[in-house]
Amino acid sequence: MTNKKPLDDAAVLGFEDQLKAQANQLKDLVDSGDVSGALAIISELNETRDKTLYQEVGRLTRTLHESIRNFHIDTANSATNEEASKIEDASDRLAYVVDMTNKAANKTLDLVEETMPYASGISTEAKQLKEDWSRLQRKEMKPDEFRQLTSKMGTFLSKLCNDSDKVYSNLSDILLAQDFQDLTGQVINRVTTLVKDVEENLVKLVTMAGKVDQMTGNVQQEVKQQETNMKGEGPQIHAEARDDVVSGQDDVDDLLSSLGF
Amino acid sequence: MNKDMKILVVDDFSTMRRIIKNLLRDLGFANTDEADDGNTALPMLQTGKYDFLVTDWNMPGMTGIDLLRNVRADESLKTLPVLMVTAEAKRDQIVAAAQAGVNGYVVKPFTAAVLKEKIDKIFERIDS
Repeated sequence: MTNKKPLDDAAVLGFEDQLKAQANQLKDLVDSGDVSGALAIISELNETRDKTLYQEVGRLTRTLHESIRNFHIDTANSATNEEASKIEDASDRLAYVVDMTNKAANKTLDLVEETMPYASGISTEAKQLKEDWSRLQRKEMKPDEFRQLTSKMGTFLSKLCNDSDKVYSNLSDILLAQDFQDLTGQVINRVTTLVKDVEENLVKLVTMAGKVDQMTGNVQQEVKQQETNMKGEGPQIHAEARDDVVSGQDDVDDLLSSLGF
Repeated sequence: MNKDMKILVVDDFSTMRRIIKNLLRDLGFANTDEADDGNTALPMLQTGKYDFLVTDWNMPGMTGIDLLRNVRADESLKTLPVLMVTAEAKRDQIVAAAQAGVNGYVVKPFTAAVLKEKIDKIFERIDS
């Protein structure tokens, strides 16, 4: 989108200058009793105001169209339009991120759940063998028990080989499951760029609409949105910079204990 | 604290439910069920089978804070221990949860140690 801001300002400022200059002239004419001259100035002012207003509305409309075209939103023939709008595309991309992260999290959880019993099995058996081993070192073991120990040790060592291989291979798979970060990172960066573009365009539109309001004398009432935080807001991104947000579990604990928890 | 107690884990994300269930299992609590929001959880709780509720706040359908309020308003459930595990970190939200009668509040991201500490504290208080 081309930047038309200086032009708009010139038009609006031009009108303001004219308004100022002619207001004095009008006052002089009224003071001197020249009613028809005063009325001529009023109608001249009206005409300029209308012209500037039409120009501003025209610009606003064109910019709006341009913005919409920029994001490929085509409501008229969206069914036939091969290319999806950028916004729709962004939603699809974000859905892809959710899907990818979901898959990766589930894969990781599967592998962790599969690996944990191996680790705890190895630990349990090793502890038992360690006890037996200490008894052997303290020479408290009968020959029969010793034979049992050597056979147990043999089984444990071959199990250890298998299980530790399994643990290693699951850990590698967990490592690989993190490859989503690269892909989702790229996708999110693209969507962030789009959001910035949209924001920039919206700011331009709001500025232009503000000028039209100025010409027509419209006063926009600021509608304060009621806080609905009981609905839940999700994670806080700038927790450290905000007073109304706790920065961690310690803060939560302090707050609750101050409430008598 | 009875390690066989039945725990209901409520979160809209299945991965978070799995993580919490795994952590609970590591702490010795293997008797867990899952629900994905307050609307699913409330009828399950009303069967009277559960001894402990672990819930998220931000969920579609019925949120965790509404679930907590419903639990406290229900004659048969009003003493059920409730632990909130949530990303909601605004002070007035935590105050609101406390006023609604929550027994513990854990903010995400959290560690296994924090979860254990809060559960221990809740049942210490109940058992004493």
